[in-house]
Amino acid sequence: MSAAAGSRDRGELLKNGAIQLMLALNAVIMIYPLFVMVISSFKTNAEIFSSPFAMPSSFSLTNAERVWTETNFVRYLANSVGITTAAVALILLFSTMAAYAIARYQFRLSALVLMFFLSGMTVPLKLAIIPLFIQLDTLGLVDSYAGLVLVYVAMGIPSAVFIMTGFLRTLPRELEESARMDGASEFRIMRSIMLPLARPALVIVAIQNAVPIWNDFFFPLVLITSDDLKTLPQGLTVFVGEFTTDWGVLFTGLTLAALPITLLYIVLSKQFISGITQGAVK
Amino acid sequence: MNNGRRHTAKAFPWRRSLWIASLLTPALVVMVLFVLWPLLSAFRLAFYEFNGLQPTSFVGFENFRKVLFETPYSDWTYNALKHNIIAFVALMVFENGTAFLLAYALLKALPGHRIHQVIVFLPVVLSAVIVGFLWKLFLHPLFGLVNQTLALVGIGAIPWLGNESTALGSILFTNIWHWLGFPTLVLLAGMQRVGKEVIEAARLDGAGDYVLMTRIIWPLIAPSVTIVTILTFIGSFNWFEIPYVMAGLTGSPGGATDVLGLYFYRTAFGSTTTGIQDFGQGSALAVMMFIIVAGVTAIALRYLRRREIEL
Repeated sequence: MSAAAGSRDRGELLKNGAIQLMLALNAVIMIYPLFVMVISSFKTNAEIFSSPFAMPSSFSLTNAERVWTETNFVRYLANSVGITTAAVALILLFSTMAAYAIARYQFRLSALVLMFFLSGMTVPLKLAIIPLFIQLDTLGLVDSYAGLVLVYVAMGIPSAVFIMTGFLRTLPRELEESARMDGASEFRIMRSIMLPLARPALVIVAIQNAVPIWNDFFFPLVLITSDDLKTLPQGLTVFVGEFTTDWGVLFTGLTLAALPITLLYIVLSKQFISGITQGAVK
Repeated sequence: MNNGRRHTAKAFPWRRSLWIASLLTPALVVMVLFVLWPLLSAFRLAFYEFNGLQPTSFVGFENFRKVLFETPYSDWTYNALKHNIIAFVALMVFENGTAFLLAYALLKALPGHRIHQVIVFLPVVLSAVIVGFLWKLFLHPLFGLVNQTLALVGIGAIPWLGNESTALGSILFTNIWHWLGFPTLVLLAGMQRVGKEVIEAARLDGAGDYVLMTRIIWPLIAPSVTIVTILTFIGSFNWFEIPYVMAGLTGSPGGATDVLGLYFYRTAFGSTTTGIQDFGQGSALAVMMFIIVAGVTAIALRYLRRREIEL
């Protein structure tokens, strides 16, 4: 009996060892390319070509300086920060307002309005890009920050309304009733009593929207043509076209572009993972 | 003051309605202008001939006939469609297959499993543009990391992206590296919901890993498999960014990596090489892609959901 259990333990140990080995191999495959990207950003072309696996001979910032001064990189970065911030802020504002109305008040068309927002979740807006382009063109919003931001806001609202409505419905009714008895206005009840409680849901909605907007390439590609308005992913394609043979600069550009979101991810990995897989794991 | 405000809602029903309406208006306006209207127009515009941005005349199914039955358009359509289908099958087998095994390994909660989840998900948060360019450099025939590594074991330089037989596979590999963490963590979440008791009970009954994986876990995570399958299908048929970055707008070499997303973009917004720019044909392609995605998703949902219910 104990001998059998012992051999089973040994078998289990062996199997777990094999699993750990497989996981370690996978971790290397996921991480090593990013590691090479980072160390290559400190290298000269000659170093990259002749000794791709070696550490850089010095951690020189020459490449970074060139990216900073010879390209429009800083501008692209600033555009991405501005567009993502504006879009996420408007998504949070508009969706929370709408969700608050649906979740906290009873009115005749409430179910219909919710249905309308929910059906927006299934629409692949990329496939409606032609009429969207025409629409933005008539409004004079092609090749402008506002046009791009509004498209992102439209894309983000449906699932944001869905999540916020679900969350706001769970808040106890007594809170608002007693505030109403004390004579607080509806706006104050929403602003000072209900919304502070909704913070965790707002964080999830913010991350869920910020990541795809920050990373998006398709909509800027179609809607933005001025170099000064380009976002970071779009700007990278310009940048790569200009420095095709200068690999040190290319790796530096990629590293710098990946840096902001990677740092945020390392700090907030739990929120990132639940934000991005939200909807698929329920 | 306080007395005046009290029961405003009941005393002034129009004020309450106004308040609710003003809460709803911004979101509704944005949705109508930038989702509902474009979507409805998308179907209408597919039946028009265009002059630049302007629909000029109603032409019935002419745009559809062209992209489906008239060469060279139809050749491009079917060539691209074929690659979307290959991409879907390859991603189901290699990406989701690997993800299933990884999730099962992570379910054991061996030391380091948490950090592994963070690592495998890291590329998911990066832009497809960064990932695509990075792997384009790594796959470079002479100086790329991949061939430099293979050279260590004596394998000669392979032009991964330049060769018709390896280009699509290389791009698919990059896509798998980019997205692997997503199905892994979705499937893992599904497995964790199965519950320790069920797994313990099966183990006590003498079920080994293989039986546990195929007979217990696989059927019980059916809802997660459904979601992953459908998202993979939608992703494969909207595939655009990584092929664009790695193989260019024409799906080089020689259309070996062309997919519907690229073909649609070229048709709608023009490519520098062909000079074609046609919103009518572009709209027809978009409508067809929409019907494929929506139709297959609806059918698959029914079929896959039935599998869930039976078990």
